[in-house]
Order: sequence, then structure tokens, then C-alpha cells
Amino acid sequence: MSMTATVGHAHADPHHVGIVVEHPGPAPKRIVTAYGFWVFLLSDIVMFSCFFAAYAVLVNQTAGGPKGSEIFEQRNVAIETVCLLLSSFTCGMAGIAADVRNRFWFYLGMAVTCVLGLIFLAIEFNEFVDLVARGYGPSRSAFLTAFFSLVGCHGLHVSAGVLWLLTMMAQVFAKGFRADVLRRMMCFALFWHALDIIWVGVFSVVYLLGSGA
Amino acid sequence: MLGKLDWSAIPFDQPIPLIAGAVVLVGILAVLTWVVVKGHLPYLWHEWITSVDHKRIGVMYILLASVMLLRGGSDAIMMRIQQAIAYQSQGYLPPEHYNQIFSAHGTIMIFFVAMPFVIGLMNLVVPLQLGVRDVAFPTLNSVGFWLTATGALLVNLSLVIGEFARTGWLAFPPLSELSYSPGVGVDYYAWSLQISGVGTLVAGINLVTTVLKLRTKGMNYLRMPMFCWTTLASNLLIVAAFPILTATLAMLLLDRYLGFHFFTNEAGGNVMMFMNLIWAWGHPEVYILVLPAFGIFSEVVSTFSGKALFGYRSMVLATMAICVISFMVWLHHFFTMGAGPDVNAIFGIASMIIAVPTGVKIYNWLFTMYGGRIRFATPMLWAVGFMVTFILGGLTGVLVAVPPADFMLHNSMFLVAHFHNVIIGGVLFGAFAGFEYWFPKAFGFRLDERWGKLAFWFTFTGFYITFVPLYVAGMLGMTRRMQHYDVAEWRPWMIVAAVGMAVLSIGVICQIMQLVVSIRNREALRDRTGDPWDARSLEWATSSPPPVFNFAFHPDVRGEDAYWDMKIHARQQSLEHEELEYHDIEMPRNSPTGFVCAFFATIMGFALIWHIWWMVILGGIGAFATFVVFAWRDHDEYVIPAAEVAAIDRFNLEERRSLVSMAGVI
Repeated sequence: MSMTATVGHAHADPHHVGIVVEHPGPAPKRIVTAYGFWVFLLSDIVMFSCFFAAYAVLVNQTAGGPKGSEIFEQRNVAIETVCLLLSSFTCGMAGIAADVRNRFWFYLGMAVTCVLGLIFLAIEFNEFVDLVARGYGPSRSAFLTAFFSLVGCHGLHVSAGVLWLLTMMAQVFAKGFRADVLRRMMCFALFWHALDIIWVGVFSVVYLLGSGA
Repeated sequence: MLGKLDWSAIPFDQPIPLIAGAVVLVGILAVLTWVVVKGHLPYLWHEWITSVDHKRIGVMYILLASVMLLRGGSDAIMMRIQQAIAYQSQGYLPPEHYNQIFSAHGTIMIFFVAMPFVIGLMNLVVPLQLGVRDVAFPTLNSVGFWLTATGALLVNLSLVIGEFARTGWLAFPPLSELSYSPGVGVDYYAWSLQISGVGTLVAGINLVTTVLKLRTKGMNYLRMPMFCWTTLASNLLIVAAFPILTATLAMLLLDRYLGFHFFTNEAGGNVMMFMNLIWAWGHPEVYILVLPAFGIFSEVVSTFSGKALFGYRSMVLATMAICVISFMVWLHHFFTMGAGPDVNAIFGIASMIIAVPTGVKIYNWLFTMYGGRIRFATPMLWAVGFMVTFILGGLTGVLVAVPPADFMLHNSMFLVAHFHNVIIGGVLFGAFAGFEYWFPKAFGFRLDERWGKLAFWFTFTGFYITFVPLYVAGMLGMTRRMQHYDVAEWRPWMIVAAVGMAVLSIGVICQIMQLVVSIRNREALRDRTGDPWDARSLEWATSSPPPVFNFAFHPDVRGEDAYWDMKIHARQQSLEHEELEYHDIEMPRNSPTGFVCAFFATIMGFALIWHIWWMVILGGIGAFATFVVFAWRDHDEYVIPAAEVAAIDRFNLEERRSLVSMAGVI
């Protein structure tokens, strides 16, 4: 897989006059998988950006309903954020454990990640249920529509992540650290970290900016 | 138990969809019976349905597109007939049915004809051109195809169970909101696009990764065939634009299903946000379709002119420029909606600028032909027909990019003529050129030239007879989507357009005849060299059809036009016989994952449309379980032993050598 530099063939390749770095050939599977998953994550971020845009357009359309500052509970959001950021750390630990093939630390890291994810989801679910109970559901105003959709979309991603996480643990339990399992673990870790980045956006755009006004 | 579904969903009072549905059903049953009785079912299952071979999947994509082309074409014929006779009368189609037909026509032609056709060609050809054995994610590729098929199935299902959207092919709110479209039509539209959209995204990710990460030795970026470049650009656009469509349709569905207020008139919803979002996807979409066609024409023009592509680097640059600028012009779809003169001016100028790289391409093709030894085989006819037609369509496009002109022509028949001019003249001609050009590669025999040329000439003239009258009608003030009209001046043009449609249909019949005749004469048309057109890129370096592993050895590429160089080299070295050492080849195993997953997606989509919630959950669990079963399998590859590789490759080389020595030169 070493890069070789050869002198350009003037006849076959008239544009190259000098050193040409020859492409070494198809990349190994691990690189290809990770690369493809990165491309998927970028597409996912484009989808989130639509919900962010919709939120920005509709944030002031409260239709006589509540504004953000009237419904956001900063304490809960702080706990949510801590949970999610911490879970990224534990997810990273699980990834390292998988790389060195240490089952105990892998299970532990994944389990803690799972619990933190579930705490996050529980708080978010409570927030939603509470708002709906007070009559501030997504049908109340365009602002609440955009709020529920953006935050809910992230929540759905976290839920899917938890499902994936449990499947991942089951697979390591059943199949061990096979090459394909390790590739999937790497993709899962990328997914989980990407959700963190999205959350930083949600936290800033929705909760921080919203609480001020 | 069954949600909104009951017997009233079947349109017993409307003979046209019922009869059409019955004919299709009888056709499908006849084919299925034939398959089962003849014992072809195991073959179909093992070799096609569960196949993860990019060539097979490409062929299935194109087959799907061809079938749907007939469906979308029938819609077109019905509309042309309706407008030819609906002068001061109701015609033969009631308004609600006519509205469904033009909505279905647009949806089908873009999502289930043009998209699968170009994705199919990219799937078939790109790994071969890159000199590799498969795409980056073979099983995911199969999933993508079958999800696209699911979407097509749901659209067709709406013919006999329920109804289709009456909102036009982009389902603009507030018309598409629940209060104005309470039926299941819009839901059929949205869910089939959501499901097939996942399939398209998967195909996009797959092909981007394939082009960027899987290339043979020495296949540097600036040595890739032009079709690989346009594939890269097109699929980058898919990855960047299709999530926007997914998000937009998700918002519309939330409005419809859960009473959200994204695009409603009440509670602060914003209709214009839909226009912006849908066209932020919709304009890149037209370049997703036409860029691969540009790539096909580049290959065809260069091959049939016997010259390297003129201005290869400027072509690469033009392709990538279009890729970027295509995201900056979406607002020209709604100049009339009050964004103000400054905004309109900026987007108008951007829309004119994007014509520049396209013009660069046209000149490059012309200069490629200049001084070349041109052979007017069928693919080349399509390419030349494209250049003439597309320039006309491009010019009317630049015309409507001028905001004041657009204010006159917005939503008129002129616009309808314009976009058919570029989509038929660009994408469809490109798809046909690619079909004729690569058919021998896919199946090992050439297509009949006589029928092919007839098909071209009927389609080409039919196109002009159909759409030039629509330009005129638009200039006379006729708006699009009219179920009937009272203006006498429009009538003659509508009749001419209907005649043109008949000529176009003869073109389609010729195309079918070409296929039938060629299959019957396949022995005489057999391609033993693997290189029937004396072409230049790597897909012609292997046999036709290629072995499952494509290449026994990864080709070593030394410059542009890799295969042309090899041929020159081989001729100079007078075809020395050297003993090659073959190795085992590992290939991905077939998997029913795609098919099973699409089966559950169909159930889920249908249940969502009709609000059958238990079935939605069932479909979801099924799809998840399918993936778990796939993830749990222990062997994902099988080995083709070196002896078998050697036997296949030596046989192919022998065939090629004997023909080469007979001809003297290739």
C-alpha cells in the first residue's frame, strides 16, 4: 500500500510533465466502511439543517402561545447535556476496549453509555409530556411545531442509537470481536459522537438563544 | 383494524384505472405463472433477486425504469388526448382523475424512470470503468434498489386502491395539507417518495464511496473516464440534496398526520418555507439526472469520433462547477412569489451563470467530433440529437431565468415545454444512448441497428412535433395543468401536440421491437471481443458480459483512456503470449436482505398510508429483524478458486486474440 512515485509517461498522459503519484489501488475494507459512514453522517446533518432552518423561520410564530423562554427548563437541559457529553466519553472508552479486545471494559462502557442515553431520553420525554399536558403541544403554534420536530428528531436518533447499541452488545456477546463487528462498532461510535455535535447545535440554537429572549 | 381502508377505496365507478389495473394484474400473474411453470423461479431468486452483483442490480434498475416509462408514458398520452379534445367541453377525463394523472406522470417520470435509469447505468458501468470488482457496499446496493422498487409499487397500487395525489408532482401546500386534500393521495405520494428516497440516498453514498475509495492501481482522479466524474458529481448532489427532500416530506407528513403547523395557513405556518425547501432539493435534482447523461455523451462522442475527449480537464472543471452552482439557483422556480427585485436578480444571474459550464461541455463535444472519424451508430445518433435539442432547451431556460420574462411565462405551457425539452432531450436521450452503448457489455450481444435508428428518428421528430406546439401555446397564454379550456387559438396546437405524441409512441414501439428482434438474433449479434465499439475505457477491457469478478487482475492504469492505451500497446508488442499467474478471488455472497427489507417496507408504507398502526409496527420490527439476521451471518464472502478464474479469463483472452489477429488491428 505504499505510494510510489514514477516519472510520468509523456506519451500516454500528455498533461503530466514531472512526477506523478500513482493511485495505489482500492482502499481496505475498514477505510471504505468508515468513509461511507462519514458520507452518511454528512447527509444526516443536511437533514438536521433543514429542521434547524425551519426552526429559525418559525421561532417567532407563536400564534398567541408561549415563547421559548416561558417553557424551557434550564436545569433539565443542563442535565441532558451532561448526560450526552459524558456518554460520548464512555462510548469512546468502549471503542478503545473493543480495539484491544477487552470484553469487560467494552460491556461496561457500552452499558454506561446506554444508561446515560436512556436518562437523556427520559428527561426529554418528560419535557414533551409535560408540555403537551399544559396544552403546549406541537399543534399549538408553528414555533412549537418546529421545536418538537427539531428536538424530537434528535431524540429519535438517540433512540435508534440505543437500539443499535444494544444490538452491538448482543453481537459482541454472540460473535466476539470479529473484523466486521469492529467495523460496525466504529460506525456506531461515529454515529453517537455525531449526535453529540447535533445536540450542541440544538442546545445553543434552541435552549440558549431561546431562554434569553 | 384496517384503518381508513374499506371497499370504498376501490374505484368501481371509474373504468379507466380499473381496467388498467386489471390488465397489469393479469400481465403480472401471467409472467409469474410462466416463471413458476418453466421452473425459472430458483434461477430468478439466486441469480437476480438476491444478487449483490453491481451489474445485475444495474440491469434491474434499468428494467424497473423501462416498465415505469411505459406507465408514465401512458399518462402522457392520456393528457395529450384530453387537451386535444377538451376545447369547450369536459373531454373524457373528469377533473379529479386528470389531476391525478398529471401528478402521477411527473412523479413517476422523475423518481421512477429518470432516477432508476441513470442510477442503473452508473451501477452497471462505474465499477467496470474504475477497474474494480464491485461497489463499496454490495448488499446495501441491493437494499437501495429494492426500496426504489417499493416506492414504484406503492405509486402503482394507488391506481386501484384509493387514489393518487391531485396536487402536482411536488405537492405544494396548502393544497397538499389535510384540509384541502383529505384523501390518501398525498400520503401515497409522500410515503412512496420517502421509501424510495432512502433507496436513492443509499445508492448515492455507495457510489460516492466507490468512486473516491475504490479505484484500480494508477486510476488517479484525472485519469478517470468522464462518466465516473459525472457519477461522482451527481452522487455528491444526491447525498447533499436528498436529505432535504426527506426532511421536507417529513414536515408535510407531520402536518397531515399529527396536526403540526409547518406549512398550514393557521397558527403561523409558512407555505413559502415549503417552496424554498422543496426546490433546494428540486433544482440539484435536475442536475443529479442530467450530469450522468453528460457523462454518457462524453463517452459516446469520444468513442464514435475515434478521438480522446477534447478538453478533458475543462470538462472535469465544468462538471464540478455545475455540482456547486446547482445549489445556488433554486429560487428561480418561484420568482413570482415576492422575494423582491434584489433577490430575484441574484438568482436570475446565478441561473444564467450555470449555463456557462454547460456551454463549455457542448463545445468540448463538438471539438471532440471535429476532425474525428465519426461513426453514426445508434448511440451517436442519440448524442447528436441531444446536442441539438438540449441547446434549444438550454436557451429557453436562460430565457425564463430572466425574472421579468419569467413573470410572463411562469406556470405556462412554455415552462412545460422548456423542462421537457431539457429532461427528454438531455436525460432521456442520454439514458437511451447509454442503453444502446452498454447493452452489449451487459448481455454479450449488440442491439439491432436498424430498429435502433428507427426508434431514434421517430422519438426525435415526435419530440419536436409534441413540444414545439407547447412552446407556442405558452406564448399564447395557455397555463399548465388545464383540464379543459375555451380559447380557440390554443386548439390547433394541442391537436398537433397529440399527433406528436403518437409519433413519440411509435418511437417507443420501435425501441421495444429493437429489443425483441435483437434477442431473437442474438447469436448473429454476439460480441466476442468484449469491445464492440472500438472504445477507450476499462469496461471494454473485459468480456461481454463480464465475469462475476469483472477483472481477473486489477488493471494497471497509466493514463487517460486506459483501454485505448492497452490496445495500442498490445498492437505494438504484437500480442505476445505470456503466462499469467492467477489467484483466488473473494466475492461478496448473495443476500436476500434487500428483497426482504423492501417487503417489510412495502407493508409499512401501505399501513402508514391507510393508518393501520399495528401493521406499521409489524413492518418496522420485520425490517429491523432482517438487518439483525444479516449482521449475524458468519460468511459474507465466497472464494472463486484460481483455477476457475484462470479458465474463464483464458477463454476470454483467446476469443479476443483470435478476433484481433483476424482483423489485424482492433
